[in-house]
Parts: sequence; C-alpha cells; structure tokens
Amino acid sequence: MRNFRTLRRAFLRARRDTGFVAAGIPLHLALASQWVWGVTIVLKANAWAVVPIPFALFLVGIPTLTAVQRHRCRALLGVDVPRPAPTPERRWPRRAVRWLSSARTWRQVGYHLLLGPLLAAVELLVLAAWAAAVAGVTAFGYASALPVYQTLLCTAGGVVLLCVAPWLAGATARTEARLAPALLGPSRNERLRRRVEHLAESRTDLIEAVDSERRRIERDLHDGTQQRLVSLAVNLGLARATLTDLPDDARTAIDEAHREAKEAIAELNDLVRGLHPAVLEDRGLDAALSGLAARVPLPVGVRVDIGERAAPVVESVAYFVVSEALANVTKHARATRAEVTVERIGKLLRVNVTDDGSGGADASAGSGLNGLARRVGSVDGTFRVSSPAGGPTTLIAELPCEL
Amino acid sequence: MRAVIAEDSVLLRVGLVKVLEMAGFLVAADVGDADALLTAVDQHRPELALIDVRMPPSFTDEGVRAALVIRRQWPRTAVVLLSQYVEERYAADLLTAHTDGVGYLLKQRVADVEDFIAAVRRVADGGTALDPEVVAQLLLRRRSDPLSRLTPREREVLALMAEGRSNAGIAEALVVSDSAVAKHINNIFAKLALPAADADHRRVLAVLQFLGAAPPN
Repeated sequence: MRNFRTLRRAFLRARRDTGFVAAGIPLHLALASQWVWGVTIVLKANAWAVVPIPFALFLVGIPTLTAVQRHRCRALLGVDVPRPAPTPERRWPRRAVRWLSSARTWRQVGYHLLLGPLLAAVELLVLAAWAAAVAGVTAFGYASALPVYQTLLCTAGGVVLLCVAPWLAGATARTEARLAPALLGPSRNERLRRRVEHLAESRTDLIEAVDSERRRIERDLHDGTQQRLVSLAVNLGLARATLTDLPDDARTAIDEAHREAKEAIAELNDLVRGLHPAVLEDRGLDAALSGLAARVPLPVGVRVDIGERAAPVVESVAYFVVSEALANVTKHARATRAEVTVERIGKLLRVNVTDDGSGGADASAGSGLNGLARRVGSVDGTFRVSSPAGGPTTLIAELPCEL
Repeated sequence: MRAVIAEDSVLLRVGLVKVLEMAGFLVAADVGDADALLTAVDQHRPELALIDVRMPPSFTDEGVRAALVIRRQWPRTAVVLLSQYVEERYAADLLTAHTDGVGYLLKQRVADVEDFIAAVRRVADGGTALDPEVVAQLLLRRRSDPLSRLTPREREVLALMAEGRSNAGIAEALVVSDSAVAKHINNIFAKLALPAADADHRRVLAVLQFLGAAPPN
C-alpha cells in the first residue's frame, strides 16, 4: 500500500514536471526562431543593417513573453515568479528609455534570447527520452521482425530510459524554477527594498494598533470601572457620615471599606495614566506633562514648545519617556530638581529630561532605561543617556513627529 | 438651598444627588448634558450647579462652557466643576471671569464626603474651592514671577488661600496659630506688592496672581 502511494506520487510528479517542460518548448523555440531569422538575414542577404528589426520586434514582445512564462511557472509548477515593480514613469518616450535602461529588462532579454534556445534543446531532449523510453518498452509489440536479442536490448534500454526520463524532467523543471524567478522576477535589491517597505508599514500598523488598544482600554476603564468605584466610595462615604450610631466594629469595617475604595480609585488612576492618559489625547503633551510633573515630589520645570501636535503614537511615546524618566529621578537620583523640555526641531520631536542628582544611571542592564530605549526605537527614534558618576543625568529622546 | 446636577454617568449622578441631599441641598434637577443643564438652571434658578466637565456630545469641555454661561446669565448660581483630570486652562477660564462662587474639583474627591460637602457649601456661599492637585499644577507653572520670592511656607499658605480656605481653615490645615497665618498672608501681600485696600480684595488678587489669571501689578 505504502509502495503504491510512493509510486503514485512519483508518477504525479513526473507528469507535472514533464508537462511543464513540454509547455516550455514552443515558448523557447519561438525565441530560437528569432535567432534563425537574424542569422539567415546576415548569411543570405549579408544585410547587417536589417538585424535590428527582428531584435526590435523581440524587445516589443518581451513583456508578453515574460508574462506567459510567469503564468507557465505558476500554473504548471506552482512556482511564483514575483512581478517586478512597474516602471514609475508615465509618459511614453521617457518610459521607454527607463524600461530599456533598467537592469531587469536586460536580465529578461538574457533569459529569453540566450537561455531560451538552450532550454528548448534540453526540453526537447527530455521529450525525446520519454519517447525513446516508450518505444523501447513496447518493442515486443511491433519489432517482431528483429532478432530476439535486439528486441531485448531495446526493451532494456527502454526500461533504463523510463527511469532516467522522470529524473531528467524533474532536474530540468527544478533548474527552470530557479532560473525564472532570478531572471524574470525582481532583483535581490528590489526584493529587499520591497520587503523593508512592507515591514516598515506593518510595524507602523502594529504600533498604532497597540496604541489605539491602550486608548480603548483607558476609555473602558474610565467609563466603566472608574465611575463604579467612585460611586462605591461615595456610598461608603455617605454610610460613614450618616450611620453614626453603629457599633464600633461596624464603623471600623465601613471606614476600612471606604479607605480601600479610595485607594482602589487612586491605583486605577495611576494605571490609566500609565496606559494612555485621557488628558494627553484631549489636550496634548503640554497639559499631560505638567500634570505628570505636578505629581512628582520634587520641583520639576516643564517647557513644551512644539507648535502643532505630533502623531498620537509619538505623543504617547514622548509622554512615556518623561513619565519613566521622572519616576527614575524620584527613585534613584537623589535630585533636588528636574527640568523637562520638549521641542520640535524640523521633523523631530526632542524630549530632554535633566536632573541634578547623583548620576550613574546605567542604560544597559535590564533597567527601566532599557525599556525606554526599546519603546523609543519602536517609532525609529534615538535615545541617549548621559549620566556620569556625580551627575547630572541628561536623557534625550528624539522622535519623528510623523510615522 | 437648591442645586442642579449635570453628570452623564448615571451611577455617579445618583451618588451626587445623595451627597448633596445629605449636605442639606434640595436637588431640583439632575441631568446628563449641558443643554438640559442650562434649561434646568433657567427654570429652577438654583444656588448651586454641580457640573461634570466632560459631557455629551463631544466629551471635551461642554461643562466648562456651560459653567461660564451660568455665571454670566445667572450670577446668583454658584458653580462647581468636576473633572476626571486636572486641566489648568479650564480652571483659569473659570477664574479669570469670576472669583467668587466657583469651584474646580477632581471627581475622586467626592468620595471624601465630608470634605466635598464643605467645599461645595463654601462655593455656594460665594467662596472658591480648588482641588489641591489643580493648585499643585498651577504652582508648578508660575515659578518665574514675583511668586518665586515667597518662602515655601508662604507658598503653602497661598495655595490654601487659592483652594478657598479662610484664615482659620489655613491655620488648621498647617497646624499653626491664626496669628501666624495672618503674618504669612501679610508677607505675601507685601512681596506681591498688592495695594492695601480691603483684605478680601487683596486676597482675591493674590490668588489670581498665583493662578496666573491676572498680570502682576
């Protein structure tokens, strides 16, 4: 059973390869005819001046030929030959010049004109091998006139060819499957460029998706959970204020619950602010950063000078940078004050956080600074920290205003 | 005293009604957007309007604009704005136009029922109530002017004045004597070079200067 399946697969593969190879013959021969035409002109008429004519006709036919080959590869072999990017120029004469001067046109010329006849020969060889194999194995059927040993020889040769022909067809198909994309498809540079463009685009989409998801969560928490918690705390506060004749332990329980509810609100506020503060979306960086600075337990100067607003994703990265930087200053720097400036320099948003603390901040070890650098890098920004021992620490992030 | 409440979250609105009733207000109407608020104020002429800043349809500053309209058209109605976060411009908008009968508090303060009631009553009586966080943020912004000559203690006193507290209230908050507070306040007036007119007027000017709503004279 297993053998049968293997055999069947081999048969199907041989059929596919042979079909592919056979379909190549007329296409490649068509190109070989160009050669015949050209050479005949030269030899018979000795008319070198006329040679460009078949060549020009061939050039005009190139896009169609390439399209047909591409279709052949995909339909018969399942190999995708990517379509090169279209010539950007629109107007005719310049477009033609661009087309003629591009390397990929000449790679196609090479494929059709030089490789084509060669491939046609190999493909014909494959078909001949099949034909000979069939003729050989069926020799007993028609070659009764021949001596027996000759007939046997024919049959043996046919059997050998029957094994060789599929292998030959497969090898030819595989070689063509490599050659066609390399010569008819986009070049390596073009493929890489397209890949980079695609990656950059999908990364931007991803970052924006993450950011809008953060905002959605912020809104949900704000509209739902936060209102509910405030309402809960209000009710507990009312209970505390009105139920004055309760036993002591009941009062303590209500006090406790009230305090917990208020702490939960404060924690939720911190969480929401860390996600994506509503004030940032509504009012921009200036308002959001002064709110941030006001909650830090040391004096922080804030100067935001950016004119029109940057992309939402960029704003939230800038906010995150300042938020983390100020948290670090409070925790580690033993600083007495800090300065935050955000300014627009051309197309860059420059965020600078400086403190007068003890310095020695290390961006390499798995610190918060490392996370900051990653987040800045996600929008193609640059991130620098200067923190000599003894201070001061300066942290600069430069972000593109638009993605 | 009668009050009108505008808050789009039904849950919180119910809580606010209860709190105001406990504070001795008669809640004449509780509505969910600015238009309904203006209609209700026009109809009931309450002593107090308690207004959420963000309301439908655009969820930005409907509440602030409604509050300004109310203070202009019905000056006998005091307004307290409730906000999700500190927006100093809103506070400045409100305080530039009016220095009495206005308040700006963060929503979460409602949970401290007693303090909230005290603040609301103060505003309804023609005083002011600013959230400590609003004050902290405004303080952060106004550092480069004559206010920089104030000592930290004097700044604290000025911040409490801006919150709308009386001398006695300030003394209680800082755990000092009334006379110490009076001395700080006189120093503040002197450093800000405020004219020696009646005490209340100077107080308002000092607070305004502190908030950046009035130019230093």
